[in-house]
Amino acid sequence: MNTLRKATRQQLFLPIVCVILVLAVNMVYDAARGAGIFNFFHIYIQNDLLQGRLINILNRGSEVAILAIGMTLVVSASSGTDISVGSVMSLCASFCCMLIAGFGVSSVESADQFAMPIVVGLIGALVMGVFCGTFNGSLVAYLGIQPMVATLILWSAARAIGLLLCNNLIVYIRVPEFGIYGGYIGCVPTPIIIAAACVLVVSLVLKKTAMGLYIQSVGINKKASRIAGLNSRKIIFICYLLCGLCAGIAGIVASSRITSADSNNIGLNMELDAILAVALGGNSLGGGKFNLAGSIIGAYTIQAITTTMYNLGVSTEVTPVFKAVIVILIVAIQAPPVKAWFKKHSAAKAAKKEVARV
Amino acid sequence: MKAPANAIKRRSGSINGHTLLMLITIVLFILLYAGGCIAYADKNFTRVQTFLNILRSSAGLICVTCGMTCVMLTGGIDISVGSLIALDCMILAMGMGDWGFSAVVSMVLVLVLGIAFGLFQGFCVGYLQIQPFIVTMAGMFFARGMTAVISTDQLSITAESSQWFYDLANYRIYLPFGGYLNKAGKMVMPYIGWGVVVSFAVLIVIFLVLRYTRFGRSLYAVGGNEQSAAMMGLNVKKTKMLAYVLASFLCSIGGICYAMNTMSANVNQATGLEMDAISSCVIGGTLLTGGVGNVLGSLFGVLINGTISSIVQTNGKLASSWPNILTAILLCFFIVLQSVFAILKDRKK
Repeated sequence: MNTLRKATRQQLFLPIVCVILVLAVNMVYDAARGAGIFNFFHIYIQNDLLQGRLINILNRGSEVAILAIGMTLVVSASSGTDISVGSVMSLCASFCCMLIAGFGVSSVESADQFAMPIVVGLIGALVMGVFCGTFNGSLVAYLGIQPMVATLILWSAARAIGLLLCNNLIVYIRVPEFGIYGGYIGCVPTPIIIAAACVLVVSLVLKKTAMGLYIQSVGINKKASRIAGLNSRKIIFICYLLCGLCAGIAGIVASSRITSADSNNIGLNMELDAILAVALGGNSLGGGKFNLAGSIIGAYTIQAITTTMYNLGVSTEVTPVFKAVIVILIVAIQAPPVKAWFKKHSAAKAAKKEVARV
Repeated sequence: MKAPANAIKRRSGSINGHTLLMLITIVLFILLYAGGCIAYADKNFTRVQTFLNILRSSAGLICVTCGMTCVMLTGGIDISVGSLIALDCMILAMGMGDWGFSAVVSMVLVLVLGIAFGLFQGFCVGYLQIQPFIVTMAGMFFARGMTAVISTDQLSITAESSQWFYDLANYRIYLPFGGYLNKAGKMVMPYIGWGVVVSFAVLIVIFLVLRYTRFGRSLYAVGGNEQSAAMMGLNVKKTKMLAYVLASFLCSIGGICYAMNTMSANVNQATGLEMDAISSCVIGGTLLTGGVGNVLGSLFGVLINGTISSIVQTNGKLASSWPNILTAILLCFFIVLQSVFAILKDRKK
């Protein structure tokens, strides 16, 4: 009983339980279909490329994982969420493809039709991401606007600006050099490598410098941190900037994966996935302490849920229903009144036990 | 002591920051409309009917915005409204079509759904103290997903499914003034539909409720300062919940008006309508932090939105994403203005 209680208090308890649940559903489904129970974990090499459902989830979940990094920092520092990430992703992808293909060009088939080298496009996308992050960050940190309201502006505008940049077209860049960022390096899918690199860099920075500590302290109490000598505003600003950068990277991966910039569909509903990843990772959406590893596990869990639903034959348009239910459940469990009720309940139980023993 | 001092000031007629915001909005609307009239005088922009068409197409939005104002007065936000309208339209279309209900039953179904939806969201926000944004975001995805569960086809409400609803939607109420002579030399009178009448009825009722009833005043009190509202003996949780119920209910009324205007239903209907509603409120002077706002200002916010899209439509050459971008720019401008006012007010103290 005691060990169980200890286990449930661990921050990684929630994400790991979710992973186990998803795996169980998959195993039961496989067994029911007559395939091997461990079909889910089966990894093989086909046409010199790594294949298998697990690899597929890791690959497809990269964008959410990258977004979840930025979102974790934002949630922790400002106790609000950046809801513009999906739209910013789309804007960055459109900007990148617009730079490479040239304005108004809808399709590029070979490298010599490029208006600008790919590197310029990639850097452009990252700069655009940082720019969007700067915009959000300055509104939140320096003008003191509620995070969700401040990011609401780009949530609606970024996708529209992306459409404008692409001249209302879907820009196709069917060139292998561009497709590599969403494709394969050797036999490993590139998005996995990019996501891993992002996670590694950010976690190293957070561990090796005091940045992680600063972010948490600003999230726990903004005023106290300022009195203690931290530049609270600057730290919140940097978090939003990083979130924008992450959205830029995710945008590049997403557009490279489909070798085109589809402003209407890239990053659609991605903000919910990113927020869900943070919540699933055991992080409080009220800010303060955070756990990056939890968010990353949360991100891949969401992708596993999505993939499982596609396997079960649930259509793309219906999946948000399940995600919405999961979000509400998770957030409701974390809600202060519910927590207080649980505490009271268990205290009453313990008291009863005490009485019985006496 | 702050609140009574403010009230006295308002009564004595001096302009404070919030009335100034609303004044800016009204002036902006007049400038925009006058600009449209001058630029597109040759494309019938000056006719009374053009203005009434803006009202007709935004009748649903006016209802939604009234509800949104109530929620924003408590310091919350409701972004599920666009999806809820899609769900409403889908239920209306399916109810009168495949399910074989009568128009009245379908409409009652939609209204009941709105209340139930609002009750759940309000419970989560009020009693479970979850951030309104997260709750209504989940609600938004839930409603959109449920729309897809019902049907992913492009449906339309036709005269065969319900003659009564069809007639109701196409009924024209002619105004006794503002007509013009058409080419045949006949006087053509401008007209509005029932949607406009309903939306204005909603607007007036909500205006009176906010100004003169206990519930309306407690909305302001909760938004202004939750703690002092609780100390005054108001039931903060219940007030918050009722605000969301009211918002979803008005959204359902708006959904019926919207369906009357479009006479169709599909999964992607009314995407981004929540954005229009929120920006209308903010442009109309409702503070996002709660406690300050007025449905009249919101009406002008809606009119500004409608005028922008009407101008873009009349122009014909501008890309369809321009209204979105322009609204976002306006929203940004007003949000920054609000926070500057707030900072100045803090300095004065």
